[in-house]
Amino acid sequence: MSKAGQPISHESAAHHVSGRAVYTDDQRQPAGMLSLYPVLAPHARAKILAIDVSAAFEIPGVVTILTAGDIPGENDTGTIIHDEPLIPTAEISYWGQAVVWVVAETEDAAREAAKRVVVEYEPLAPVLTIKESIEKDSFLTIPTIMKRGEPENAPAEYWLAGEVEMNGQDHFYLETQTSWALPDSEGNYQVYSSTQHPTETQIIVGRVLGIPGNRINVTVLRMGGAFGGKESQANPYAAIVALAAHKTGRPARVRLRRHEDMILTGKRHGFLARYKAGFNRNGKLISLLCELFADGGWSLDLSPPVLSRAMVHLDNAYYIPHIEVLGRIARTNKTSNTAFRGFGGPQGMIVIEDIIDRIARTLNLPPEVVRERNFYHGAGETNTTPYGQEIFDNRIERVWSEVKSNANFSERKMEIVEFNRSNFHKKRGLAITPVKFGISFNKTVYNQAGALLLIYTDGSILLNHGGTEMGQGLHTKMLQVAARTLGVSLEKIRMSPTAVDKVPNTSATAASSGSDLNGQAVKDACEQIKARLTPVAAKMLDIGAAGDFVFENDWIYSRDYPSDRVSFTDAVKEAYQQRISLMATGYYRTPNIHWDVKTNTGRPFYYFAYGAAVSEVEVDGFTGTFRLRQVDIVNDVGESLNPLIDLGQIEGGFVQGMGWLTMEEVVWDDEGRLRTFSPSTYKIPTVGEIPEKFNVSLLERAPQNGVIYGSKAVGEPPLMLAISVREAIRAAIAAFGERVEYVPLSLPATPEAILMSIERIKNESPTPKPPAPVRADELEMVTQNDGILSPVG
Amino acid sequence: MNQNPNKHLTFTINGEKLVFGGLSPTMTLLEFLRGSGRVGTKEGCGDGDCGACTVAIIGESSNGVPCFQAVNSCLIPLGAIAGREIVTVEGIGNGKPHPVQTAMIETAGSQCGYCTPGFVMSMFAAYYDGKITDAAIEGNLCRCTGYLPIRRAAERLIKIEDQFSEKLNVTNLELESFVYETNRQNFYRPTRLKEVLDLLEQFPEAVLVAGATDLGLEFSWHTKEFPILISTENVAELKTLIQTEEFVEIGAAVSLSRIEEKLKGVFLGLDEMLHWFAARQIKNRATVGGNIGTASPIGDLPPVLLSLDAELKLASANGERTILLADFFKGYRETDLRAGEIIVSVKLSKLISADSARRIQQSYKVGKRGTDDISIVAAAFAIDLNRENRIVKARLAYGGVAAIPARARVVEDWLIGKTWNLETVRDAKEQLKNAFTPLTDVRGSADYRKLLTANLFEKFFVEMEAIR
Repeated sequence: MSKAGQPISHESAAHHVSGRAVYTDDQRQPAGMLSLYPVLAPHARAKILAIDVSAAFEIPGVVTILTAGDIPGENDTGTIIHDEPLIPTAEISYWGQAVVWVVAETEDAAREAAKRVVVEYEPLAPVLTIKESIEKDSFLTIPTIMKRGEPENAPAEYWLAGEVEMNGQDHFYLETQTSWALPDSEGNYQVYSSTQHPTETQIIVGRVLGIPGNRINVTVLRMGGAFGGKESQANPYAAIVALAAHKTGRPARVRLRRHEDMILTGKRHGFLARYKAGFNRNGKLISLLCELFADGGWSLDLSPPVLSRAMVHLDNAYYIPHIEVLGRIARTNKTSNTAFRGFGGPQGMIVIEDIIDRIARTLNLPPEVVRERNFYHGAGETNTTPYGQEIFDNRIERVWSEVKSNANFSERKMEIVEFNRSNFHKKRGLAITPVKFGISFNKTVYNQAGALLLIYTDGSILLNHGGTEMGQGLHTKMLQVAARTLGVSLEKIRMSPTAVDKVPNTSATAASSGSDLNGQAVKDACEQIKARLTPVAAKMLDIGAAGDFVFENDWIYSRDYPSDRVSFTDAVKEAYQQRISLMATGYYRTPNIHWDVKTNTGRPFYYFAYGAAVSEVEVDGFTGTFRLRQVDIVNDVGESLNPLIDLGQIEGGFVQGMGWLTMEEVVWDDEGRLRTFSPSTYKIPTVGEIPEKFNVSLLERAPQNGVIYGSKAVGEPPLMLAISVREAIRAAIAAFGERVEYVPLSLPATPEAILMSIERIKNESPTPKPPAPVRADELEMVTQNDGILSPVG
Repeated sequence: MNQNPNKHLTFTINGEKLVFGGLSPTMTLLEFLRGSGRVGTKEGCGDGDCGACTVAIIGESSNGVPCFQAVNSCLIPLGAIAGREIVTVEGIGNGKPHPVQTAMIETAGSQCGYCTPGFVMSMFAAYYDGKITDAAIEGNLCRCTGYLPIRRAAERLIKIEDQFSEKLNVTNLELESFVYETNRQNFYRPTRLKEVLDLLEQFPEAVLVAGATDLGLEFSWHTKEFPILISTENVAELKTLIQTEEFVEIGAAVSLSRIEEKLKGVFLGLDEMLHWFAARQIKNRATVGGNIGTASPIGDLPPVLLSLDAELKLASANGERTILLADFFKGYRETDLRAGEIIVSVKLSKLISADSARRIQQSYKVGKRGTDDISIVAAAFAIDLNRENRIVKARLAYGGVAAIPARARVVEDWLIGKTWNLETVRDAKEQLKNAFTPLTDVRGSADYRKLLTANLFEKFFVEMEAIR
C-alpha cells in the first residue's frame, strides 16, 4: 500500500513508457475533425492594409478561413485586462503574430492554403528592447514601488552602482500548444485543451463565443510539460478551435508545430535591473535602491504578478534594512511574456546574488561569508521582509549549513585554490547560494481549491480535483493523500481528468501551489466521507460511533476494539443501503494571507520554501566553455508527500534553471524577428551537461505546520538553486585575474559570454584602487557597471 | 536493374507487414505513424533535434549483422523504409513491460511522459548493443527530469537475450533495387553505382538522398516538392569501408556511427569530432557523403577531413575522377560537383610526410551547448614534425569562420620550418585572429569566432604538450 509519504512512481508511468498515455492531440478523433493552421505576420509591428484569402480556397479541402468578423463575442483573450485580440484587425504587434487561421479537412491542406493567403502590411517602427522602451516611454503599466526605511539616506560606508540584464527563456515543453473542440447541435462545446488553467480557458472561450460558461466544458487529460507556458497562453488556441467549431458546426483541432509554438508564445520575462547598493566594510548590506524593468512584450498577460514576485524576491534570503524597489513593465513588439517556473522570482534573485558577489569581491571577502552575514535572522525586524512579512519559520541557516557540510565546501574550496594556482588555462570555481521562495499566489483569491470524491457501491473511488497534471506528479500525490485519508489502497482510486464540469472555478495549477491547495481540498472531501461512514461502520460493528475510528489498510475499526473490523467496501455498500450519500465536494482556502497591491505590503505568503546548492565548475580559458563538475543540494520540502517525485522536481528544476542561466539564448534580430525558434538554434540541456556527481538531500525532520500532511511546495524553488552555477562560473572567471573586484557576466553565460568576461578580466589592471567611501547622493544610477565605488561625474 | 515500377510500399511495423498505395514517398515515418493511429510516438520538434519521435529500425551494425538502430522518425521518408522493419514504443511491451520500460518506471524516469517513448526507444536500441551510455540518449531532450533518473534507469539495465535479440538473428538485411511511383513522385533506391549514374543521366533534376538527416527537414516541414528522389543508402559501392596499412577509404553512404566504430583509434581528430558530432539517431543515418555534399560551412566533418588532406572520388556516367577535398568547396553551398556526378568515397592517408618523424593531430568543436549542437567554430589541426621538432607540414582547418570549410593557408605556409613551441604558436595566433572574416549570427559574434580561431590553436598546442 502506497500512501502519502511513500516514494512511488508517477501514477501514469506505465502509460508513459508504453506510449499508451493519452495526450490532447492523441485522442481518437471524431469523424469530420477539421485542422487549423495559422498565417504568421512577417513584421514586428505593422498596419494590416488588406487580406486576400481567395487563393487559399484553391487548395482542395479548405473549409473556411477565420477572420475577426466570425467572432460572435469579444475578440479578446486577455487575462488581467482585455488587450489581446484573438485575431488582429488593425495592427500587428509582434513578429509572427497569427493574422489569419485556415480551417481545412486536413492539416496538410490547412498548411498549404495558409501559404497562399496574401496580407498587405504597412510596416511601422517597432520597440524591441527594454532600454528602447525606456527611451521611448513605451510601458504597459505605471511604476509600482515597494519601500522600507530611508534607502537614500541610509548610513552605509560604501556604495556602488550597476545594472544587471537578463534574457528570457522558452518553455520548450515537449508537447506544443494544442486544443480541440467538439460542438453539439444545441450550442454546447466540449473543449480539450493542454491548459494549466481550465477555468480561465472556459471563461475565455465563452467570452469569444459570447456564450455562458455552463455551455462549455474544458477537459485536461494531461500535459506534455507546461512550466507556466500553458497558464494563460493555452487560451488563444482553445478559443480559436472553439471559434472554428462554432462557425462550421464540426469538431476542430489545432496543434502548433515547434517552430510556430516558439514564434507565437510568450517566454520568461527578460529583465533589466539598475541598482545602487550601500554596504559596510564587513559586507553587510545597508541599503538597496533598485529599478526593475520587465519586458512584457506586446500585451499585459500575467506580467503584473510576475513583476510583483520579482520585487518581493529581490531580497532572496537577505535582510536589507533600507530598500526601495521600483517596478515597471515595458511594452515591446515581441511575444507577450508570461509565467515560467519561478514567475519573476528567479529574475529578482539573480540581481541580489550578482550584487552580493560584487560586494564580496570589492571588499576581498569570500562571497559565501558575505552571504551568511546578510541572512535573515533572529526575530522581528532582522527577520522581516521589505513588504512586512515576518519569516516565522526561517530555515535558511539549516539548509545552508547542511549543504555546506554535505558538499565538503571548505575543503574543496582550498583544493580549488590549489588547482587554480597550478593551472593557467583551466580554472575551477565553487559557489554556494541560498533560495527562499514565498509560497501562495500573490493574488489572494487564487488561493482556493475544490475536489470531488465519488464512491461507487463496489467500493471503487473516483477522484477529481481542480489541479492539472503536467508531469509534476500532482495526481500521484493527490491519490496518495486520498488513500492515506480514507485508509484505502491506491488501487481502489482512479483519478479522472481535470474538467470544469466536475470541479468549477479552479485556480491555475501554478505558483507551486497544486499539492498544497488541492491536497487540502481532497482531504476535506475524504474527511466528509469518513464522517458519514463512521456511524455506518459503528453500527455494523455494534459499537458506539462516538469512539475514535481508524480507517486503515482498507479496514475500518474502533481504536477501543481493534480486532473487530469492517472492510471499507462493506461499509460503503451498507451506507448505500442506508441511503447515505457517497459523494463529497471538498474545499480549501489558505488562511491568514493578505496583500495590498497599492503599497506592496502584507502577508502574501502562507510560508516560505528553502533550499541551498553548491556547484563546482571548470572553465576553459581558450574557449569559454565550462563543465559542471559537481552539484550538492539540500532542499526543504517539509514532510515529503512523495520523495521520489520531489527529487524529480528538484533535479529537473535545477537543470532547467541551469539551462536558462548558461545556454538557452533567445535571440531577436534588429527587425524584431525571433531567430531562435527551433531546437537547432535554441539549446536546452541534454544529458551530456549533467554531472555524475549530483547529490540531492531533502531536509529531514522538517514538517510544515498547517500544510497538507506537513509537506511543502516543491515545483518552482529548485529552479533558483541553479544560480549557484552562475556564481561558480563567476568565481572561476575571477581566478583568471589577480585580484578581481567585479565579474560582469552576461546572461545566459554562454561560452562566448564567459570568454569575453575572461578577456576583460585578464586585461584589467591587477592592482585595484582602495575602496573610497562615498555618499549615496554622490552616486547616480548608471547604465553600465563602471561606477564601482567612485562618484559618477 | 529492377525497373518495374512499384505502386505499393511495403514495410513492417511491430511485426505487422503493411502494404500501402498512393502514399507519398516523402511522407515522414512519423506522419505515417501518427496518422495511422500509432500515437505513442510523439512529435517534439519535427527537426530531428529532440528525439521524441525516436523509433528503432533494424539495420546493419558496423560488423555487418542486423541491429536495432535508433532513428528520428520525423526525418525518415517512407520511401527509405520500404522493405524494412520498424519497432515503435507500442511494439516492445507486449504482454509484459520491456526491461527498459520497467527501469524507467522504477526510477521515475518519466514526469510529463511526452519525451518518454523516444527515450524508451533510444534505450531499447542501445540495450541490444549491450550498454546504455549517455551517448545513447544525448539525442533525446527531456524538459522535466534533468535526466538523472533516466541515467539511473540506464545504469541498472543488463541485456538478457529475448524475442528481440532472436528477431535480429533471423532478419535478412538484403534489399533489392526498388522503384516506387505515385502520381507526383518517383522514388528510386538502387543497389549499384551504375544504376545511380544512369538514373542521374535520365533525370538530371533528380535529388539524391541518403540518410535524410538534412533533406528530411524539407520533408518534415513540407518546404519543397521532390518529384524524383534517388536514395543512395543501399548502393553497394557507396557502402564500403576499406582500411589498409596506408589509407582508409570510406564510401559516401557509410553512416557516421559505422565510421565511429570501425575507425576508432585511427585518427584522433576524427574520433574526437565524431564524439561531438550530433546525436546517436542522426549518426545512425547521416553519411560522410552527405556531410560533404551539402557543403555547409558548419559541417563538422570537413575541417577534420581537410586537416587530413582527404581525397574525394567522384563518379558520373562519363567516368571517375579524384580531387582534393580542399578543392571541392567552391563557395557558400557550392561545390565542384558537375551535373550527373556524385561523391563515391573519401580517402584518407594514414602516412605522415616523408621527412617527418611524427604527427600530432586533434579536432575541436565549440557550440553553445557541449553536446549535440551546431558548432560556432570547429577546428582540426594536423602538424607533422621532424626530429628537430620543426614543422614539416601544417594543416589548420576550420568550420564556421567562412562561407566554406576552409584552411588557414597563409598561416600553414608560415609555420613551415618553425620550431613547434609556444612562441611559434603565439605568433601564429596573432595571424589567425585575422585569417578569416567570420559573420555574426545567432550562434556567436564575429569577434568570438576570431578569438576561437586563434585560441583553439594554442589549446591544441597546450593539450598536445601535456600528453607527451
